[in-house]
Amino acid sequence: MNIAPNLSLSDVALEQPERVRIGVPRLLVALSALTLIGIGFGLYMALGFAKTDANQGEVQRIFYLHMPAFIGAFVAFACTTFGGFMYLRTRQTKWDSLALAGVEVGLALAAVNLVTGMIWARPIWNTWWTWDPRLTLEAIMMLTYAAYLVLRASIGNAQTRRRFAAVYGMLAIILVIMVILISRVKPDTIHPTVFGPSSQQARGTFELDASAGMSAALGVNMLVWAVLVPITLIWHRIRLNNLIERLNWLKARLAER
Amino acid sequence: MQTPFLRAVYGIALKDLQAELRSRELLSLMLIFALLSLLIFSFALELDRIAREESISGVLWVTVAFASIIGLNRSLTLEREQGSLDAMLIAPIQRAAIFVGKLVGNFLFALIVGALLIPIAALLYNLPALSLWLIGALVLGTLGLSSVGTLLATMTAQTRTRESLLPIVMLPLALPIVLTAVRATTGILSGQPSGDWLAWLQLLAFVDAVYFAACFVMFEFVVEA
Amino acid sequence: MATLAPSQTAQPALKPAAPLIALEGVTKTFDLLPVLRNLTLHIGRGDFWALLGANGSGKSTLLRLIAGLGQAEGGTIRVGGWQLPREAARVRAQLGLVSHKLLLYENLTARENLRFFSRLYNLRGGAAEARIEALLARVGLARRADDPVRTFSRGMAQRLSIARALLHNPAILLLDEPYSGLDQAAAALLDALLGEAHAEGRTILMVTHEIERAARLPSHVAILARGAIAFVCPREAIPDAAWLAARYAEVTS
Repeated sequence: MNIAPNLSLSDVALEQPERVRIGVPRLLVALSALTLIGIGFGLYMALGFAKTDANQGEVQRIFYLHMPAFIGAFVAFACTTFGGFMYLRTRQTKWDSLALAGVEVGLALAAVNLVTGMIWARPIWNTWWTWDPRLTLEAIMMLTYAAYLVLRASIGNAQTRRRFAAVYGMLAIILVIMVILISRVKPDTIHPTVFGPSSQQARGTFELDASAGMSAALGVNMLVWAVLVPITLIWHRIRLNNLIERLNWLKARLAER
Repeated sequence: MQTPFLRAVYGIALKDLQAELRSRELLSLMLIFALLSLLIFSFALELDRIAREESISGVLWVTVAFASIIGLNRSLTLEREQGSLDAMLIAPIQRAAIFVGKLVGNFLFALIVGALLIPIAALLYNLPALSLWLIGALVLGTLGLSSVGTLLATMTAQTRTRESLLPIVMLPLALPIVLTAVRATTGILSGQPSGDWLAWLQLLAFVDAVYFAACFVMFEFVVEA
Repeated sequence: MATLAPSQTAQPALKPAAPLIALEGVTKTFDLLPVLRNLTLHIGRGDFWALLGANGSGKSTLLRLIAGLGQAEGGTIRVGGWQLPREAARVRAQLGLVSHKLLLYENLTARENLRFFSRLYNLRGGAAEARIEALLARVGLARRADDPVRTFSRGMAQRLSIARALLHNPAILLLDEPYSGLDQAAAALLDALLGEAHAEGRTILMVTHEIERAARLPSHVAILARGAIAFVCPREAIPDAAWLAARYAEVTS
């Protein structure tokens, strides 16, 4: 017979979040500044440097933002899948933070892609929206990742939430890839394809003219919107998430006292 | 020491069928919903003959998708209610066997509802005669819906919002299934040559295979406690 | 009862580890709130332990961890020398669980339920049928064997649940409040069943809040308080239930 001494909290190995720096890392500050400058420069390239498209006129310039934003969204969603995969393998919370950040940033960039597309479609296709395979893909992609957020919100237990989110994140990317495949196999789309052959019905097709600075404008904006913006935003979002987790942990400890 | 995969699958599927044979709970829920849905659509769309032929396959598949969501919800809630999912988890069987076992039951129920729905729709909407291809499309479509559905329903049965969450997470993922199934069914029903719609059926089979493989592999992550 | 004794054919997959169930420094949290803290517990082969504790003290969580139904954040859990939950597949066939949920299908009859679980545990043929009949008779459900479980009273369902846990002849029995909802006769039957199971050499861990029973039935008593084992004592050292109740009040206050 023995009575164990009362345990104090200091004996307890809690799931303590890794140490979080409260200040903003220097590299992140620099990256943020670079991204902001990049956005400005990209806008100059798109609005000023590139020559006006002969057929569509000024409205074609929206393409320099439209397509890179989609690629950026895809990059962010790919981060979600990768983060989920790594979470299931290692069970480290940081990978789940990456997955969550990927979804939110991806949704924001997909919204940029959507809005710019609609603004372009109004004069060119004479409608804001049409049920075209490419546009359907965009809508279904945004809804799927919105469902991802709803799923997360409805699970109380943190470990379960991360696990389910990881699984759903992988199913979501499978869905996106499959819808892209289907729309390529069965291309009854009116959406122009700037790279590769456009479908027969495509309306509003244009050529990128390198000598008119169009390729350069696209390249710069691609670097900004598909690389710099997602990375910077995801980093900020992960940092925010770390701070929230740290705060929750501190609250839990306080409640124990 | 593990129970062979197929024996576990057989046991779980048989259990679901026995329970359903006794209670007829799932099938009656699904069937009544499906009939109501057909009826509502026929009033809501005020279909003339031409419009009917073009939209009937959409009506059919939307109805089948929602009916299977109802069935999936009930099937997995039953497992959670008395904790019997835990009983399967502590048994010496592979996690994937639980997935396939539950899938068999859910698939059969969805297939039965679809198979009963088609002749009824044929009567109501004056459709052309049935074909074997139609059955093929039905089998492939319900198989795909049940695959993602079984995984997702197992997941949502463990959440706070439970039943209401399944359609939200499942319908986006069901899109490629419904899309290809609708295109194939439209082609079959309007009597087009098979060259026009066979590709859609092949795409559907491809989507099924991808989803089944993904869910089969990932199921173990949605049942660990 | 001869038919319920461990059969000769069942080869235990458990290693001859010294404590059959060994928990070392186990920590489990739910959303950062600790439920188990640095918990250590060793249960020898053939022992019958009762685990007492207040509601929400983590008793059920502990039982689920030993059943391989959860993952601890820290520490190690070994059952029969195998580490959980990584190597849980090796011990599952040797675990029987009676949870506070029934783990039964209400739309199936008693016999169909047991047949389903016999398939999951790969019991086959006449031997499986004979065992099902023997268990149904033992828990007093032979006459109701073909009625759906949803027509059963709580006590009857609980008895069937115990038959389910014993079906595959497990070396380890985990019981979570098995007496809840049982009437006098059924409780006496369960007392007898647990006594038999103990005599047959099964290792038993029973979570309960009944101090009187804990002082009488098992070979060891442990008390869980503030997420750790706060008191351990062999039954011989317990003079009576009142004494145990006093110790319980002491460590849980």
